[in-house]
Amino acid sequence: MSLNRFLKQRETLLALILVAISAGVAWRAPTFIGLANLHEIATDSAILIVMALAQSLVIMTRGIDLSVAANVALSGMAAAQLSMHAPWLPIPLVLLFATLVGLALGLVNGVLVAWVRIPSIVATLGTMSLFRGLTFLAADGKWVAQHEMSAAFLAFPRLDVLGLSLLAWIGVLGIVVAVVFTRHVALGRELRALGGNPSAAKYVGIRETTLQLFVFAVAGAVAGLCGYLWVARYAIAYDGVALGFELQVIAACVIGGVSIAGGVGSVTGTVLGALFLVLIYNALPVVGISPFWQTAIVGAAILSAVILNARGDRTDGLRLILRRHPAH
Amino acid sequence: MMAATVIPHSPVPVREPILELEGIEKSFPGVRALADARLSIAPGEVVALVGENGAGKSTIVKILTGIYQPDAGSLRIDDQPVHLESTQDAWKQGIAAIHQETVAFDELSVAENIFLGHHPRRDGPWWRGGGLVDWAAMRSRARELLAQLEADIDPDTPLKALSVAQKHIVEIAKALSHEARILIMDEPTASLSQREIHDLYRIVAGLKRAGTGILFISHKFDEIFDLCDRYVVMRDGHYVSEGWIADVDSDQLVSMMVGRTLTQVFPRVDTVPGEEVLRVERLGNPTEFDDVSFALRRGEILGFYGLVGAGRSEVMKALFGITRPTRGKVLINGREVQIANPEQAAANRLVYVPEDRQVAGAVLGMSIKDNLTLPSLARLFPNGILDDAKERALTREYGLRLVVKAASWDQLLSELSGGNQQKVVIGKWLATRPDIIILDEPTKGIDIGSKAAVHAFMSELVQQGLAVILVSSELPEVMGMSDRILVMHEGRVRAEFDRSTMSAEAIVTAASGSH
Repeated sequence: MSLNRFLKQRETLLALILVAISAGVAWRAPTFIGLANLHEIATDSAILIVMALAQSLVIMTRGIDLSVAANVALSGMAAAQLSMHAPWLPIPLVLLFATLVGLALGLVNGVLVAWVRIPSIVATLGTMSLFRGLTFLAADGKWVAQHEMSAAFLAFPRLDVLGLSLLAWIGVLGIVVAVVFTRHVALGRELRALGGNPSAAKYVGIRETTLQLFVFAVAGAVAGLCGYLWVARYAIAYDGVALGFELQVIAACVIGGVSIAGGVGSVTGTVLGALFLVLIYNALPVVGISPFWQTAIVGAAILSAVILNARGDRTDGLRLILRRHPAH
Repeated sequence: MMAATVIPHSPVPVREPILELEGIEKSFPGVRALADARLSIAPGEVVALVGENGAGKSTIVKILTGIYQPDAGSLRIDDQPVHLESTQDAWKQGIAAIHQETVAFDELSVAENIFLGHHPRRDGPWWRGGGLVDWAAMRSRARELLAQLEADIDPDTPLKALSVAQKHIVEIAKALSHEARILIMDEPTASLSQREIHDLYRIVAGLKRAGTGILFISHKFDEIFDLCDRYVVMRDGHYVSEGWIADVDSDQLVSMMVGRTLTQVFPRVDTVPGEEVLRVERLGNPTEFDDVSFALRRGEILGFYGLVGAGRSEVMKALFGITRPTRGKVLINGREVQIANPEQAAANRLVYVPEDRQVAGAVLGMSIKDNLTLPSLARLFPNGILDDAKERALTREYGLRLVVKAASWDQLLSELSGGNQQKVVIGKWLATRPDIIILDEPTKGIDIGSKAAVHAFMSELVQQGLAVILVSSELPEVMGMSDRILVMHEGRVRAEFDRSTMSAEAIVTAASGSH
C-alpha cells in the first residue's frame, strides 16, 4: 500500500474516530455538540494545535523539542511580570514580548542542536529544566495571581471576533499558516527533504544547521506566544504552568502520523491528533468516564499510531534493503 | 648445460587441497556476478586471487564465508561437499576472513573482540556459574593467539586504543581463534604503513609454516609477488587462468586480467570539444588527494579511472563543495571560483550525481515531482514561494526526457523500481540546467538495459554541449565512453590517456601504481 494512501487513510480514520466519540458523547449529553460547547472546544484546543504544528516541524526534521512547555511557563511568567510592572502597555505588545522571549529560548535550543551538535532530545531535556528553574527565579518563587493582572491582559484571549474567541482565531490562523508553509513555501519542502534523507538533502545544497535553527526558533516563538495566552486564559503564572504539556504536544504529532524517523507528517494529521486529545480530555468526563481511562485511552492511541507508523517505515526500509544490489 | 628433461611447474598443487571450488555461479537481479568460478587452496599455500573491480572476487569471498550461497557449482572441503549457510558454518569448516574494513567493536576489549560470538563458557551446573562467560580462559587463549602472532597487545585493552595495524592483528587472531585452516585476506594492507606491511608479511609466513591455506586478494602486484605461491585470475565472473607466481611477471598478469574483447557497444558519438569550461589546478587536501590538475571542455567526456580508494570521488566532492580543498584553484569559464557548498556549485552550473543513490540521492518518502524539483527550487522560485504549475511543467519535461515509468508524477519515489529511481535522481540534476555534470559510478549495480540507457543519455548530453566527468571503476565503460581518461592512484593523477593512446593494460598498470 502506498504511504500516501496510507496517510490519507489514517487521517480519514482519525476524523471518523473523532466524529464517533463526539456522537457517542452527544447521545448521552446533547449539549456537548451545542454551539457553545464546540466553541469552548475550539478555544481549548487552539494552544495545543499551534504548538503541535510547530513541534511537527521539529519532529519532521528528525528532532524533538521537550522544552516547549517549560518555554510556555517562562514566557508566560515574563509576560505576566511585564504586564504587572507596566499595566498600561497595549496587549499586542505584551503578546509580541512573550513571543520574542519564546523565540530567544527556542534559539538557545537551536544553537545547541545545530551548532554545538547536541542531540535534540538531550539538549531540550536540559533546557526544559533550565527554563522551569528560571521561571521560578524570575518570580522569586512567587506566583502571579489573577488580581495582579490587568483586566485587558486577562480578557484578550477571550475577545470575541466575528463570533469566535481570539484564541480560537489564533488556532485557525496557525493552521492556515502551516498549510501555506508546507504546501507553497520552498523552505517547507526542504524541511521534509532534510527529514526524509539528510544526506541527499546535503547534496542538494540544503543547509542542515540553518534549517534546524529555524525549526527550533519557530517552536520557541510559538511556545512564547502560547505562554502569554496560557497565563491569561488560566489567570495564573508560576513555575508549574503547563507542566508535562510537552508530552501532549508530542502525542498530538505522533497520533496525527508525524514520523519520529523524520520526513513524514501532515498538517491535517497533526490537527486531528490534537483534536483527538482535546476531545478525550474534555468529552469523557462529560459522560462520567474516570480520568484514569482518559490517560489509558491516550496511551493506547499513541501506541496504535506508532505501530501504524512503524509498519509504514518498515515497508520503506525493506524496500531499500531489497533493492540494494549486493557488491560483486 | 641443459638438463635432458625440463619438468615444467605444474599448475596443480602438489599437496591435496583443503578447499576446492568448481563451476560456481551466482546471480543477482539483473547482474551475473559469477559465471564459472574455480579455485583451490592447499595447506601452507598462499593463493592470489586477481582481477579487476567487478571480476567477482568479493562475491567469491562472500560465498566462502557463508554470506552468499552459490546458485550452482560445488564447494568441497577435504574432498567433502559442504554447504555454507552462514558465517558460523564457515567458521565450523575452518574458513575465516579478514575484511577490507575491519569489522570490530571499539568499546570492547581485545579478548572480547577475538571471541565475539563464541565466548568460552564455564563448565558445571548453572547455579555454580556454569554457562557464564569464562573470562580467565578467554584472556589466556587470547594471550596465546596474540603471542603466536608475535604481537605485543594486552587482551584487556579496549580496541579503540589500538592502531589500525594492531586492529588488523586482532582480526587475524579472531580468525585463528576459529582454528582457521583457510584464511581469506581481502586487501589486508590497504590502510597499513610500510613497516606494518612487513609485520603482516611475517605473520603470513608464520601461518604458512603452520599449514594454513591463505587466499590473498590485493591490487598491489609487489605484495602478490612477495607473498604468493600461486595465482588465479578472474574476469567478469569467469575463471581465466591459474599458475605459479614464479612463472609470470606483472605484465602477463595484467593482460590476463583485462584481456578481453569489448563485447558491449558504446553509443559514443564523436563530438568536437568546444571551449574550456572547467580548469582544476593542483587541487589537494591533507589526507585524500593532492596535486590534481586537469581541464574539461564542452562536449567532452572526461573519464576518471582508479581503484576503490584512489581518491576520485573525494576530488569530485571537493569540486562540488561537500568538502573543502585546502590547496589549489578551480576555474569555471576562466574565472576562479570558491565553492563552499553544493548550492554555490549549482549556481556555477556544476552538479554532482553521487555514487550511492539510495543514501545520497533520493528522498524515498517524497513524490517524483518533489524529488525532481528539489535542487531547482532556489533557481525557479527565488522568493521562496512555490508555483505548482511551474513545478509540474519541469517534472513533466525531465520525467518524459528520461522516460521515468510511473503512474503519476505524484507517486512516491519509494514505489518506483531502482532503475526509475535512478532516472529521477539524474533528472533532478539535469533539471538544474548544468554546464558541467559529474557522474560518479552512474551504472553501478543496475541491469544491462538501464546501463545502455544511461550511456545513450550521456552521449546525448555531450552532443548538447555539456561537459561530463565520468567516474567509473568499470574499464570497458570508461574506455568506451571517454574522450580522455585520467588515472588516479593513492590520491594523485598517475597518467592521462586520450582515445589514441588508451589501452587497457596501460590503464590498469597506472591504476595499480606500478611503473
